[in-house]
Amino acid sequence: MGQTVSAQGSANQAMVDKYRNNFLREVEANVEEGDWVKMCMQCGVCSGSCPLGNAWEHPPQELFMMIRAGQREEVLRSESMWMCTSCYNCIVRCPRGLPITHIMHGLANYANRLGLAPKMSPTRRFAKIFWDNISTTGRVNETKLSIRLYFMDGFVKGLKTAFAMRKVGLGMLLTRRLNPFALFAPGGIKNKRQLQQILKRAYEIEDQRKGFQ
Amino acid sequence: MMTEMVASNETILVIGGGISGMTAALEAAECGKEVILIEKNPSLGGRISQLYKYFPKLCRPSCGQEINLRRIKANRRLRVITMAEIVKLSGSAGDYAATIHIHPRYVNENCTACGACADAVVSEIRDPHNYGMSPVKAAYLPNNMAYPQRYVLDPSIIGTEEAENARAACPVDAIDLDQKAQTIHIRCGAVIFATGWRPYDASRIEPYGYDRYPDVVTSAELERMMDPFGPTGGKLVRPSNGEDARNIAFIQCAGSRDRNHLPHCSRICCMASLKQSTYLSEQFGEDADASATIYYIDIRTIDRFEDFEQKVRQDRKVRFVKSKVASIAQDPESGKPVCRGVDTHGYDRYENVHDLVVLAVGMEPGLDLGSILDTGHGVALDTGGFIELDDANDGVFGAGCATNPLDVNRSVQSATAAALRAIQVVNRVSAS
Repeated sequence: MGQTVSAQGSANQAMVDKYRNNFLREVEANVEEGDWVKMCMQCGVCSGSCPLGNAWEHPPQELFMMIRAGQREEVLRSESMWMCTSCYNCIVRCPRGLPITHIMHGLANYANRLGLAPKMSPTRRFAKIFWDNISTTGRVNETKLSIRLYFMDGFVKGLKTAFAMRKVGLGMLLTRRLNPFALFAPGGIKNKRQLQQILKRAYEIEDQRKGFQ
Repeated sequence: MMTEMVASNETILVIGGGISGMTAALEAAECGKEVILIEKNPSLGGRISQLYKYFPKLCRPSCGQEINLRRIKANRRLRVITMAEIVKLSGSAGDYAATIHIHPRYVNENCTACGACADAVVSEIRDPHNYGMSPVKAAYLPNNMAYPQRYVLDPSIIGTEEAENARAACPVDAIDLDQKAQTIHIRCGAVIFATGWRPYDASRIEPYGYDRYPDVVTSAELERMMDPFGPTGGKLVRPSNGEDARNIAFIQCAGSRDRNHLPHCSRICCMASLKQSTYLSEQFGEDADASATIYYIDIRTIDRFEDFEQKVRQDRKVRFVKSKVASIAQDPESGKPVCRGVDTHGYDRYENVHDLVVLAVGMEPGLDLGSILDTGHGVALDTGGFIELDDANDGVFGAGCATNPLDVNRSVQSATAAALRAIQVVNRVSAS
């Protein structure tokens, strides 16, 4: 997630050139669990079992069909796979055992990597805030995470959200589910620099393996 | 009596008295071989005796069954043992020993099926012939076409006053309360397993609520409902309240083609539902305000069956929805089942209320062979537990649905093939 916009743009063009007209192969090679996509038999149990089904413009079974139909832009720019909340109902019920949850996250991640994911998608932004939060110190700082989420859309909106959620926030403070001092104490794991190095190396390996520039 | 049965290593033992077992036994016996046919139920006939109509000709199974029973009665080389289960099989081709457990019927050959014992008994059991959908007296005739045409006393009343009343009521002294379970050993040269299938336990498909909603039934149960002597007297009704079931949903692949249930395609369910969709016209009339909705992944009708499918597709009462229903709920007001899912034609979300939902349940092998076989060679089974044709099986053969999910036509072909294979084994015995 730490790529610059221009690098993302060229990565996208490289993939377009490499897999010309064969989006299924591109997905198989680059998306986590992507080689399962061809196993879908279009029964629709995943879509019908999804508790957030109504929020999806293209339910999973349709995304799989669109991948096979080569609708690259429509799929990668779609907000649908960002709707997945990882309840795993689809995986449990899929008659063919497709790891649908993982494929959805894989598609979202790949679209993000190529710079095609919808910029203002709230779940994409949440994922980014979460990742920045956890990868900085190696631990989730829930206080900072909540505050960044509240103020995601500006200072005034953040204040409004905080006011609306004050009862929940106060309750969490009183029951010690939220530590106000975590705002100032950095916390986290012992060797943060090592974690950064590991992550940096992991990015390099992935970029190399998948042929990103 | 049974224990005195004479058998040799030229005898063919057929296990299971459904359409496949009857066919295999008859074909072998009519070729001059000694055959013993054992059946675990009190009557021959198996699943076909529970069917209302056959596809694709929509004729009644009782017709062919009548012919088979005539052939059985006419054949001196074929001996039938009912209420008998195989518990062990050892040996090898040309020299098998089968251990058979025979359950007591408490009714002997004198029985004329007059029904006086049933009149004398008050207790009822769930009728196994109707998949438990209706009660039957604890002294009962398994079904109207039962062979042998003889009553059975349910073990639950043995030792009670009711059993004594039944004995006292019998005008021909047919009730024998002293009958005991017995174990016999049969020698034989070849064995045919025609142990058939059982409907997949629909309650295991949790989102369909088969065990929660009375108006969700299996395809096997719908066949019983159409039978004039069945649990609803031949009426298509909602089991919950007895109202007409004019809006029926069929859910294909209920338990089949699903890694959480049966991995295989059960083959017959598409045709079974297409057949059952014609029951609406039969029940309510050609132009009636009635509808069948078939929810499917893909309709698998091979060969000439495709003609049948095309005919059904022309029926305006029948609607096809390409979608596997994700879950069934209950409409809070009417109590009717609601099918929920997303269809694959337009990727539209639907919630359809129906009077009755029929689960086209898959086929499981009727017998778990693993616990029975004590032969040196074992038997090759596929991943679903069906018997494969394999040289290593030696003198053991599968017939009908013990080998594959098959329709009646193909079961009979499979059974005839198994008979021929078994005949070749015992021919080698007599030649040596």
